[in-house]
Amino acid sequence: MDFSPATVNVVLPTALVLLFPGCSREVAVAAGTVSEAIGALDARWPGMRDRLCDERPAIRRHINVFVGGERAGLATWLEPGAEMVVLMAISGG
Amino acid sequence: MARKVLVLLGTKKGAFIAESDAARREWSLRGPFCEAWPMNHVIGDAASGTIYAGGGNAWFGPAVWQSTDLGASWTHSSEGLAYPVGAEPVTSVWSLARGAGGFYAGVEPAGLFRSADGGGSWRHVAGLQEHPSRPDWHPGAGGLILHSLIPHPRDDKQIWVGISAAGVFHTADGGTSWTARNRGTRADFLPEEQRYPEYGQCVHCLVMAPGMPDRLYQQNHCGMYRSDDGGVRWESIEAGLPSSFGFPAAVHPRDPATVYLVPLNGAEAGRYVPEGRAAVWRTRDAGASWQALRDGLPQENAFFGVLRQALATDDLAPAGVYFGTGTGELYASADEGESWNCIARHLPTIASVETLVMD
Repeated sequence: MDFSPATVNVVLPTALVLLFPGCSREVAVAAGTVSEAIGALDARWPGMRDRLCDERPAIRRHINVFVGGERAGLATWLEPGAEMVVLMAISGG
Repeated sequence: MARKVLVLLGTKKGAFIAESDAARREWSLRGPFCEAWPMNHVIGDAASGTIYAGGGNAWFGPAVWQSTDLGASWTHSSEGLAYPVGAEPVTSVWSLARGAGGFYAGVEPAGLFRSADGGGSWRHVAGLQEHPSRPDWHPGAGGLILHSLIPHPRDDKQIWVGISAAGVFHTADGGTSWTARNRGTRADFLPEEQRYPEYGQCVHCLVMAPGMPDRLYQQNHCGMYRSDDGGVRWESIEAGLPSSFGFPAAVHPRDPATVYLVPLNGAEAGRYVPEGRAAVWRTRDAGASWQALRDGLPQENAFFGVLRQALATDDLAPAGVYFGTGTGELYASADEGESWNCIARHLPTIASVETLVMD
């Protein structure tokens, strides 16, 4: 029986993609939770976890992650084939 | 003869670089760099030509950016630039400095990090936050920020930092233990009998005299001061200035008695140049007397301020002096402050000004 994580699709904001040469807006990763998905992104583009998470640890205050249309946290489960959308909240000045 | 003089700007919307030759008459401007992230401090390393930019973005957190091709391309990192799990997160980098003991970054909320690999990765210098005064550190209007960062030029164990509003602290053991160095500086915002505390003063900018590591100057929320013993005792040098309030200070590149300031009209009076007439104030005698330098600066209807890291000198002879305003103008003097030109305008709020002279 295969217990390895299934593939999920991650959609990233353009402003984040611009920080990591070679990254694209849609990325397929093998992950069972949001935290694992971010870990997989960080393995491909070192430093991406720091852009999305802080040391509380949590998703950064002005970053929103949605899974199945619902706000997600680091521990949120990802079903096989799920879409995880990373959005930037209203912020800045 | 210098081939290039670069003025490095940190602004609310990215880093910028103004460039000229040694004459410093004609300037060109490039930017914004760093994806227009707010950049609090941009510095250059003359030996390698590398430019470093420290800041933070409301979405993506703190980072130190660097460019090895004078701004044409940039990378960023914040590996290790975080407090222990569970702590209030680091929001932004506020100050950068290279010293004999490594490369340092000061952050918000106030703390110090050291990099042994030129800014690729960072380690927390935990001793500063272990100082017994830490529970009493309170943010100034700009946040609880470590904005002034001075490694000793030769002794890799000594560092001075300035934190708003906690005061000046010094380590002589590479950051393991720290002592408050605020004796003689006022805290006018406390009851009269408490105005000279051990710590809690609102230091705005701390600088070191060239060739005299024991001589420090500080512009404080409440006065201007000089120390000749590494900050153990401070002496007021505000007599002769139009105001005791201002943010930046900059030292001459060679003369330890020459300092530049931009006093503002007052902490509760609007915080712009007095009477709407811009002036940089200079002492040539370590603060015994001050002269206003106004030639070329606006002398009516000027209501800007200059932030704590937005005044700098270059190391040419005569020295160049530069300041950036909260309203996005960059002024330059190629004659030690005697005359001024506006060399860039319509920029975002300028947080920091530093220079990089390339031979």
